[in-house]
Amino acid sequence: MLTETATPRTLPLLEVEGVDKSFPGVRALSDMRLELRAGEVLALVGENGAGKSTLMKLLSGIHTPDTGTFTLDGEPLTIAGPKHATELGISIIHQEFNLVPHLTVAQNVFIGREPRRARLLLDERRLVRDARELIGRLHLPLDPNAVVGDLTVANQQMVEIAKALSYDPKVLIMDEPTAALNDAEVATLHELIRRFVRPETGVIYISHRMEEIRRIADRVTVIRDGQYVDTVDVAATSTREIIAMMVGRTLADHAGPQGVRADREVLLEVTGLSTKALLKDVTFDLRAGEILGFAGLMGAGRTETARAIVGADPVDGGVLTLRGSRIRIGHPADAVRHGIGYLSEDRKRYGLLLDKDVKANVTLGALARRFTTAGFVHDRAARAAASEYVGSLRIKTPSVDQTTKFLSGGNQQKVVIAKWLARDCDILIFDEPTRGIDVGAKEEIYQLLNELAEQGKSIIMISSELPEVLRMSHRVVVMSEGRVTRILDAAEASQETIMHYATLRPDENVEDAKELGLDPVETGAAEDEEGKA
Amino acid sequence: MVTTREKSGVAGRPVGAVVKGRLQQLLAFASLIVIFAFFSVASPFFFTYGNFTAILFSTVVIGTLAIGTTFVIITGGIDLSIGTGMALCAVMSGVFIVNLDLPLAVGLVATVLFGGLMGLVNGINIALLKIPPFIATLAMMLVAEGLALVVSGSAPIYFSEEPAYTKISTGNLIPGVDFPNAVIVLIVVAVIAGVLLTKTVLGRYTYSIGSNEEATALSGIDVRKWKIAVYAFAGLFIGLAGIMISARLGSAQPATGMGYELQAIAAVVIGGTSLSGGKGSIVGTLIGALIISTLNNGLQIMSIPQEWQNVILGCVILVAVYTDILRKKEA
Repeated sequence: MLTETATPRTLPLLEVEGVDKSFPGVRALSDMRLELRAGEVLALVGENGAGKSTLMKLLSGIHTPDTGTFTLDGEPLTIAGPKHATELGISIIHQEFNLVPHLTVAQNVFIGREPRRARLLLDERRLVRDARELIGRLHLPLDPNAVVGDLTVANQQMVEIAKALSYDPKVLIMDEPTAALNDAEVATLHELIRRFVRPETGVIYISHRMEEIRRIADRVTVIRDGQYVDTVDVAATSTREIIAMMVGRTLADHAGPQGVRADREVLLEVTGLSTKALLKDVTFDLRAGEILGFAGLMGAGRTETARAIVGADPVDGGVLTLRGSRIRIGHPADAVRHGIGYLSEDRKRYGLLLDKDVKANVTLGALARRFTTAGFVHDRAARAAASEYVGSLRIKTPSVDQTTKFLSGGNQQKVVIAKWLARDCDILIFDEPTRGIDVGAKEEIYQLLNELAEQGKSIIMISSELPEVLRMSHRVVVMSEGRVTRILDAAEASQETIMHYATLRPDENVEDAKELGLDPVETGAAEDEEGKA
Repeated sequence: MVTTREKSGVAGRPVGAVVKGRLQQLLAFASLIVIFAFFSVASPFFFTYGNFTAILFSTVVIGTLAIGTTFVIITGGIDLSIGTGMALCAVMSGVFIVNLDLPLAVGLVATVLFGGLMGLVNGINIALLKIPPFIATLAMMLVAEGLALVVSGSAPIYFSEEPAYTKISTGNLIPGVDFPNAVIVLIVVAVIAGVLLTKTVLGRYTYSIGSNEEATALSGIDVRKWKIAVYAFAGLFIGLAGIMISARLGSAQPATGMGYELQAIAAVVIGGTSLSGGKGSIVGTLIGALIISTLNNGLQIMSIPQEWQNVILGCVILVAVYTDILRKKEA
């Protein structure tokens, strides 16, 4: 796709050859290879733990390789550290942003090299001018004076990109740049990448999302278990083939869920749930043994609904009915006591004790209930239970004493799941259960969700990936702007219907409000307000 | 559910991991031995039984405060009210036992519970009113300092009528052996605290809250309740320290308390407990407290002026925390 605008030289821009890297007890990379040609976007794919992050850390100079060589533009390369890497022309945008939330866009972009007057005084005016010039050149929708913490995740991503490109790099490496972006934002990002790629530059694009790779990348390099597998032309290779290379096996085709659970008992009813911040009259029910998908765009209120149900955020109104009787939840501890567990989308922040071992994490929720007598912890029982879950969920860890921060994303997610299985909740709310998880582990998690539903557990699955929602859900709750706009049966759910209801704007659009049968007065007022503004 | 494919890691804990986990304690213990060896060579009066018991005896008050504070600091909190709180508890002990003439045992229990009450108030302010621990306990520090003076009328309360009271500290439980009771009290409460921290739900949640409070709450643990419990529990040690210091002096001194909180926190930190929470141990804290009292004792024996002792203690804290940071970098 890029060959239309640029003629790529066949010369490699960046070459990685025969790179080995070991950490105590782990061989992270072995005989790694990579060739980025000038003028191309090269996708780098591999399961979590395949060695992508290690390779990135070597290229950014955070670690040094044990053996092997790097070559940039034919010149051998020794990278002394992150700053040195940018000076050499390699800019990396990490998955987790390196931004200071209290500073402005301009201050963030030029952090550490602010223009000065008389050596000591900051030249704030020139800083803003330079930032404005850069933002204009990149066609970014940013205000240099905006405070970064106030920006959306997508715009923060843009600030990272502006910062990276301000160094005029030859090689731009992006690690999962779209993990938190919606479709429109992804399109903007891809636009930007296409503008950046010139005959003398190249992009390494790390992603799990196959359809994105198909849209943006020219070639794709697959790595597995720290080793190089192959590099292929994206246009000439099917997604299925790429995935097969990643996991080392082919994945079976899966149909949607079998049958609807209309006959089952209603376990949980949520009626009129509202919050001051966002939610308006959220109403739905959840049946035993059902997987209820929650679809919607970023900010539609899916995570907020989950957090309101489990008492993690304050609620403004609404009634929860569990097995026919009303329950009140003021704190997550109340929710868990009623058998409702929430697995956050941000498992590092809300799901795990990262500096504690697998055993402590798995047994945390069930500790008081299953593993103690008179307050004393039965260490042996806790260890045995943890080992059992490590086995049954196939958590890849050297032992239950391994600190969880050293596990890959998929295995960390399994540890969180194990924690909730140990607590034996009837209702589990999974928020983006496969975010940042590689294809193979994803399959295992899908299988697990299905098994849980088979056992009669009720599952709410919030997901931004429509294929995932369609494949897993018995019914789909679609949200937009804090409202439930439609509940679809599996039979009527499709990418098109979900997107239709996810993009309704009842607060701004009278037609949409009418379609939902909402009070026209309210929407009229909203329209007036808009007219004034 | 799913078949086991790979070895599930049932294997016991490798020795290397244990050593690594305990490295800070080992380092602290090693420095204690180095300090001991140094003073033993430097002064002929240091390496004697009498001096050993003197060191242990002088560790009791700070050690008791530091043990309670260890729990608080592992949750990621801080308690600045322990010093003046101790003075207030000493005064309350005088009120209960001397002024109200309650039976000794009742007075002691009431004093310990009074400490617990102060901790409970701290816990409620922090967990329910969401006042940051530093501020909440700073306020309590001032309240306790003032109350100690108000209740006592700014005058010491003497336990001269209660010889049994001073025996709690200076008496010898084992007849014929010169080993002060105060040290036995410290050992007993240290063992109890150690067991609570490592073997009970309270201990596990203490670590979990310090490691990731939000994740712990979302796991269905009522973090508010447990934080209140931790501060109240630590408060019991304030009460006990109040008894130990007034029993040692034979009087409740309303104005001696300020400064003890920092010594106790220093002991906790030297012992490898992280101020950011999630890790720490009672053994470490005891070693930390011993390092402080050994330094004070040794420097005194070598006739180094009091003023210099704090300078050296400050440097020891910096070195202790820096080695901990170095260790983390290597990991």
